[in-house]
Amino acid sequence: MARKLLLNNVHIEGIHTYDVYRKNGGYAAVEKALKTMSPDDVVEEVKKSGLRGRGGAGFPTGMKWSFLAKPEGVPRHLLCNADESEPGTFKDRYLMEKIPHLLIEGMILSSFALGANQSYIYIRGEYMFVLRIVEKAIAEAYANGWLGKNILGTGYDLDLSIMPGAGAYICGEETALIESLEGKRGNPRMKPPFPAIQGLWQRPTVVNNVETITAVVPIVNEGGDEYAKIGIGRSTGTKLISASGNVNKPGVYEIELGLSVEEFIYSDQYLGGMKNGKRLKACVPGGSSVPILPHYLVCKTANGEDRLMSYESLADGGFQTGSMLGSGGFIVYDEDQCIVRNTWNFARFYHHESCGQCSPCREGTGWMEKVLHRLEEGHGTIADIDLLWDIQRKIEGNTICPLGDAAAWPVAAAIRHFREEFEWHVNQPKESQIRNYGLVAEKSFQTENA
Amino acid sequence: MENNQRIELPQHLLDEVQRVISLFPEGKQKSALLRVLHIAQAHFGWLSVDVMDYVARLLHIQPIEVYEVATFYSMYDTQQVGKVKLEVCRTGPCMIEGAENIVNYIEKKLGIKDGETTADGIFTLKTVECLGACGYAPMLQAGEKFHEHLTEEKVDALIEAYRSNPVANYMGENQNG
Repeated sequence: MARKLLLNNVHIEGIHTYDVYRKNGGYAAVEKALKTMSPDDVVEEVKKSGLRGRGGAGFPTGMKWSFLAKPEGVPRHLLCNADESEPGTFKDRYLMEKIPHLLIEGMILSSFALGANQSYIYIRGEYMFVLRIVEKAIAEAYANGWLGKNILGTGYDLDLSIMPGAGAYICGEETALIESLEGKRGNPRMKPPFPAIQGLWQRPTVVNNVETITAVVPIVNEGGDEYAKIGIGRSTGTKLISASGNVNKPGVYEIELGLSVEEFIYSDQYLGGMKNGKRLKACVPGGSSVPILPHYLVCKTANGEDRLMSYESLADGGFQTGSMLGSGGFIVYDEDQCIVRNTWNFARFYHHESCGQCSPCREGTGWMEKVLHRLEEGHGTIADIDLLWDIQRKIEGNTICPLGDAAAWPVAAAIRHFREEFEWHVNQPKESQIRNYGLVAEKSFQTENA
Repeated sequence: MENNQRIELPQHLLDEVQRVISLFPEGKQKSALLRVLHIAQAHFGWLSVDVMDYVARLLHIQPIEVYEVATFYSMYDTQQVGKVKLEVCRTGPCMIEGAENIVNYIEKKLGIKDGETTADGIFTLKTVECLGACGYAPMLQAGEKFHEHLTEEKVDALIEAYRSNPVANYMGENQNG
């Protein structure tokens, strides 16, 4: 039986309320940490757990925490990134809606570990209904002495509040989030200095994803070593996966890292297989930014090994034949879907969301959208496909923040794996408007062929 | 917004503005800007220059600091919109599940195109990018509410409900207009 660490109590009636959460073991980790552990002890447990950032980058959380500057007399801050906006991703919303106190408990533990006394949750503005749920839970936590002055009589003070964004994907990038929380446009900052040195109001700041912060609760309760026993290799613990697309049971699932992709898609415990008995055409396993995988690379790696739901296995083969776990936004496409159309759709998204600061991203995302639209409508040329390849290469790595890369990767992967489908749109413009291409032929990847 | 109408939030919303400002350290009240703009937009319907100037005064910042934020974030309306914005997600997973059919259906039903407002001033239709409901597609947001697993029947029902009670799309402090 797969273990659940975050969603184990999610189906209990009323678990979003303080009383029910508390009765089911809630806030025990705060009692344990504040009464029996030092802040450094908590950091140590998180390091031992091997927990990696759940927002997409997968950076080790304990290491990120250890970079935080601690100059005398300067307040430092923990910010929770609840700006969940990566297409395909809706797990943080689920966590906050269903079990908001778990996030608050994680915020108390993490703030304590970092020596922060004023912490904020930054949630995307469209999730205003979730903000209201979390805000109510924060008020309950204050009323019951888990927030405010002198928590549990230990002398530790913490104020926590939640602030909305207003519709900008870019604010999920941590320095843009900080700018936004300062009441400005969400333009990412140049790094260095990193937020750990100069973040919110130029003070040392840590920004962590919702799921990362909630994972600190079971880590404190059970110990970092116990947490690290779950999972596979350097992919420890559990991960929330948001599943969407042409499957029988889309939704949010907590999986043990290391589960096979095949079991995840086809078993009744998880997605229950493809809808209407269609064939799998492609999969984007980690949110719209990560490379799309063609059907033959979804459940197996290029070496013929089972593909697993882990940071390493999903990335096996690099961008040539692999992808990324990313945010866990798992989008499944059946044989009736058009990859050109999907790539155009994503390109439009990144064009819409580019903040406009860096020319390669501001201009390049717009060009890609236009060229892809032309191809999708049956007005493209073979040279357009090469042009797209050229544009995405000139965006990647040439921008202040990773939005440029996020816009480039899906285009690159689509051309790499589905070039024949793009060419079909060029060569059969009329037919491409009335039917879809179906599955692409399996390719070998000895040489770069795009 | 009539020009001669006085721009001022009612007391319960001014209290809410003060509460939000108090969540930040002394002198960092600008951090409250995004939230205060949400409050102002929900109350006044959209962010006219007069409303933005008023928000600047509430937060003791320059009007330009408000304009540059209001024009950056897609949720803020600096042009008049209907009482209920129907924002249909059109990104990847929603597209797969037929978001375009929903948009077409609403366009036909209300007789407006994407970005337009009905003549009675109640509905504005807008297509938007991913709202984080990919597993429950297709979906639309109306004010603060998400409507998921949309069908034509569901669209009929929600349009009917909002037509008779447009403020139902707000929650919390703005519920009473």
